[in-house]
Amino acid sequence: MDNIEPKILQPEGVAPLEKAEPEIEATAARAETFEEPLTTTQEEERISIASNWTLVWWRFRKNVLAVISTVVLIFLATVVLLPDFFATMSPEKTNARLAFIPVQSIHWLDEGQLKPWVPSVEGKRDPVTLKMLWTTDETQKTYVKFFGSSWSYSVLGLFESNIHLVSGADQTQENQIFLLGTDRLGRDQWSRLAFATRISMTIGMISVIVSVVLGLLLGGISGYFGGWIDNIIQRLIELLQSLPTIPIWLALTAALPRTWSPEKVFFAITIILALRGWTTLAREVRGRFLSLREEDFVLAAELSGASQARIILKHMIPTFTSHIIATSTLAIPVMIVTETSLSFLGLGMRPPAISWGVMLQEAQNIQTLALAPWLLTPGLIVIVAVLAFNLVGDGLRDAADPYSH
Amino acid sequence: MVTQVHPLIKPTNDLANEPLLKVEDLKAYFFMDEGIVRAVDGVSFDVMPGKVVGIVGESGCGKSVTMKAILQILESGAKIVNGKVTLRSRVHHGDPNSAEELIELTHLHPNSRQMRRIRGAEIALIPQEPMAAFSPVHTVGNQIMETILLHQDVSKKEARQIAVDVFRAVGISMPEQRIDSYSWQLSGGLRQRAIIAMALSCNPRLLIADEPTTAIDVTTQAQILKLLRKLQEERQTSIIFITHDLGVIAQMADEVVVMYLGMVMEKGSAMKIFKDAQHPYTQALLRSIPSVQSHSRVKLPTIAGSIAHPFNRPKGCPFHPRCTHFMRGVCDAAQPHLVEVDEDHFVNCFLYSEADGAKLMDKIETAPPVEKSL
Amino acid sequence: MLRYILQRLILIPILLIIFSIMVFALVQAPPGDFLTSYIATLASTGSSLNQETIVMLEHQFGLDQPVHIQYIRWMQNLLRGDLGLSLEYQLPNAELIGDRLGLTLVLALFAFVFTWAMAIPIGIYSATHRNTILDYLVTVVNYTGVAIPNFMLALILMWFAYSQFGLSITGLFSRDFEQAPWSIAKVIDLLKHIWLPMIVIGLAGTARLTRVMRANLLDELNKPYMVSGRARGLSEWQLVMKYPVRLSINPLVSTIGWYLPELFSGSLIVATVMNLQNIGPLLLRSLINQDMYLAGAILMIYCFLAIIGTLISDILLVWLDPRIRMEKV
Ligand SMILES: Nc1ncnc2c1ncn2[C@@H]1O[C@H](COP(=O)(O)OP(=O)(O)OP(=O)(O)O)[C@@H](O)[C@H]1O
Ligand code: SF4
Ligand SMILES: [Mg+2]
Repeated sequence: MDNIEPKILQPEGVAPLEKAEPEIEATAARAETFEEPLTTTQEEERISIASNWTLVWWRFRKNVLAVISTVVLIFLATVVLLPDFFATMSPEKTNARLAFIPVQSIHWLDEGQLKPWVPSVEGKRDPVTLKMLWTTDETQKTYVKFFGSSWSYSVLGLFESNIHLVSGADQTQENQIFLLGTDRLGRDQWSRLAFATRISMTIGMISVIVSVVLGLLLGGISGYFGGWIDNIIQRLIELLQSLPTIPIWLALTAALPRTWSPEKVFFAITIILALRGWTTLAREVRGRFLSLREEDFVLAAELSGASQARIILKHMIPTFTSHIIATSTLAIPVMIVTETSLSFLGLGMRPPAISWGVMLQEAQNIQTLALAPWLLTPGLIVIVAVLAFNLVGDGLRDAADPYSH
Repeated sequence: MVTQVHPLIKPTNDLANEPLLKVEDLKAYFFMDEGIVRAVDGVSFDVMPGKVVGIVGESGCGKSVTMKAILQILESGAKIVNGKVTLRSRVHHGDPNSAEELIELTHLHPNSRQMRRIRGAEIALIPQEPMAAFSPVHTVGNQIMETILLHQDVSKKEARQIAVDVFRAVGISMPEQRIDSYSWQLSGGLRQRAIIAMALSCNPRLLIADEPTTAIDVTTQAQILKLLRKLQEERQTSIIFITHDLGVIAQMADEVVVMYLGMVMEKGSAMKIFKDAQHPYTQALLRSIPSVQSHSRVKLPTIAGSIAHPFNRPKGCPFHPRCTHFMRGVCDAAQPHLVEVDEDHFVNCFLYSEADGAKLMDKIETAPPVEKSL
Repeated sequence: MLRYILQRLILIPILLIIFSIMVFALVQAPPGDFLTSYIATLASTGSSLNQETIVMLEHQFGLDQPVHIQYIRWMQNLLRGDLGLSLEYQLPNAELIGDRLGLTLVLALFAFVFTWAMAIPIGIYSATHRNTILDYLVTVVNYTGVAIPNFMLALILMWFAYSQFGLSITGLFSRDFEQAPWSIAKVIDLLKHIWLPMIVIGLAGTARLTRVMRANLLDELNKPYMVSGRARGLSEWQLVMKYPVRLSINPLVSTIGWYLPELFSGSLIVATVMNLQNIGPLLLRSLINQDMYLAGAILMIYCFLAIIGTLISDILLVWLDPRIRMEKV
């Protein structure tokens, strides 16, 4: 081993010898502990050299539910990035003749061969009740293709693509694929859901990001400087936290001018949601800062003349990053549910924008729901998303500080 | 020392020579996802009436678990897997004039009524953490009266009077007022006295004091020890006294049990252990105290090496990785057993012949002279 | 303790003043006012108001005054207990709100009692029977309970009842009693209908409270006083009920502070879906129609309820926990 080491690194011949000695001793000591299984020692070594993040990951990995939820979230994130890829048609396309078409399930086999198709749907108006009655006609098949090409769209503004998850096999034929049925105006639920996912998920995430930035900033200031600034911020937090959330949110969103574009409304809503969201995090950050201020390493950094910003950024925040990530993950579903509720009441996102809540507006009427229960599918996605975020958040929190409970 | 038997204790003739508590080959393991922790792995000792048994050993050697096993209050996940604990119990618990019977505690269900009536009334525990032994949202008096009402057939008012009396007995001034305070309103010393009062409130014959004087300052510690000694002599209560502090053991105990990794390494009368320790571990413990008589408060000395990880016990003699008399092929091959080297003096080491307890001198000389470090 | 409560009481008017400014700013904020949107609605149906009526109405509601004067007038009226007139209904707001406020409170109270009555025992069971099948089941139900937005739950239940049994489970009263004056029969009718909204509104809270209770209790069960209690001969049941349960409920009491207000306002969305006659749907309607004084009055009621909720929890906490009690005397 000595031979391999380049000579330049050894100022004197003594150094490698000194280094070698403890090694020999260590092996000797290990030999004398006898049957002590070597695997344990390696495991211990592995743990002792692992970084904090690696440890968090190891603990997180053990939590099966959290891992499954992560996969679900990654899938939802893909939908957020590429709604066009998942959509089978334009989410805006209305066709009154095709209203309330029930869910068409994909049939995989055709005459014993793997050739996926969906049955076509025939509508007839009941002469007595005037209700539309839909019957699936299994003889009329619309063949579908996976990863086939159809209309083209831009991928993240980078390049154009025309690949879609599901599309009609026959390009010339008009698409009759309604995987999740259609709504009152004959719009395809499946495609709308893809775009709704984009908006609802981004609202949740962006408002949490804004909350985190505000919370870190104000909580940090509060905890680090103390004094009157701290006092003011604390009173502000108390004030915001004692507001009745939902009514005030309603009033705020109701105050948004009707004439605003969907983009403007989108940003206004994220800000409104973040307005209170930051307070919880700011409290936590403040608490951490207060206790960290007393810690030796911060004092050491201060004594060595590091600037305050540097101390905060380099020494204090990294000690609770994992915790912040966990808390933020748990905050996202709250935002999502609030946005969904507001939009559901007609005070959040407004058509033509599509969000889960906007889609659920179609499901407000019980008679309609009884006729077309598939209108509730956006609600199911909300539940799945919230569940996944909660499980991942809890998993992260437990992995970040396993001794908190 | 009070030599005559306290008049309050009237042993029936046939049990007169029995120990108050007899622990035989007790084993209690923790069954956890990561593996089995053999926290107590074959512990035997006797507690004679009116005597103080000191148990000493490094942190984590299973002292507290042994006590919980005796009382059958192990955490869920822990189980007694072997052994017998026999108590010479009064038929009417708490009644000094009661007739006696032998009860095998290990045969009782931990949650049985009989077992619960023994806890607190026959055997009382002074727990390791005095700060947290009281609930912070109930008054100290409330918790003591609760114990009294549980074990004695008295009215609330009488219970309160009994509580005030024990408070006075343990030297708490203004007991009538203090009894209505919360534990966190009391100073460390007072809290400690309150805990002793709670333990004594039902006249138990055996007191288990689990490190009663850690976390108190030296002066208070001395006062508490004096108090315990006084109460012990007055009431002829037996005490199992657990500590890290050999000085305290020397001051308090009649008998000493030295534990290491869940096993008894050496036991015997205090005199023999301090004057004539035979086990290498005990010797190492004693070596690092300048002088036992000086009552120095030196904590357990640092012996080379550290205690093995609980999942990863050494094979053979548990002490062998740190032992200066280690014999390759002997100590790491099999487990030694307790052998009687002298009257009332047992050692758990291959240096002593299992047949007659004689010291096998030649083997000592083959032991490597250097201390190993792990 | 008394001084502490007094301090808290003094804070209430200050908070109310701040909130009233915020509320007024909010209901004032939308461009235009009720009259403009009213005129627009009229215009769309072909009719119109003549100029004098408009000026008269503007004057009557003070819409011709500068904003701060409007606010002061509004505040003065509020202080006199006058909630103002609804622009849309042309009725005193107090009359419109009347019964609905009572129903809001009753509904919240029922949901609250439901939450605690379910969560505490389930939490205790779950913690003391950790890792049993029932405990896992409780955990699963908790996660789902938290994840379902309550209006979704309402929708699903309503859809299920309607499509399976043809039942319409909306409203708090049967049709016969909706307009009837209060009577014993009406109260019984209310009780017959209130349980479903109670569960819908309370479920998420129950799930959360159960989780917190379980976690708190698990913490407490490892405390040294448990060892001490067992060693004194207490039975497990006596011990758990007296000490750890008490100690883990204490921090829960502080959750009342945000949970009660959340119940008051959380019922808002469910009330809209399930057609419950409380102040929620009224607020929604007034906001959409820019009926600013009605909206302002209801928002102020919500603010007041929120403050009261916090006050109740603070006082309860101090009363329950001697450590805080002594500190704050
Ligand atoms: N609740 C538990 N779960 C798992 N293992 C435990 C638990 N309590 C104790 N142990 C194990 O049992 C062993 C003995 O613990 P015990 O508390 O009896 O030590 P001790 O001798 O009382 O130490 P100390 O002087 O620190 O009180 C420890 O090594 C520990 O690993
Ligand atoms: S048995 Fe061997 S290793 Fe153990 S104490 Fe005795 S001499 Fe040392
Ligand atoms: Mg201990």
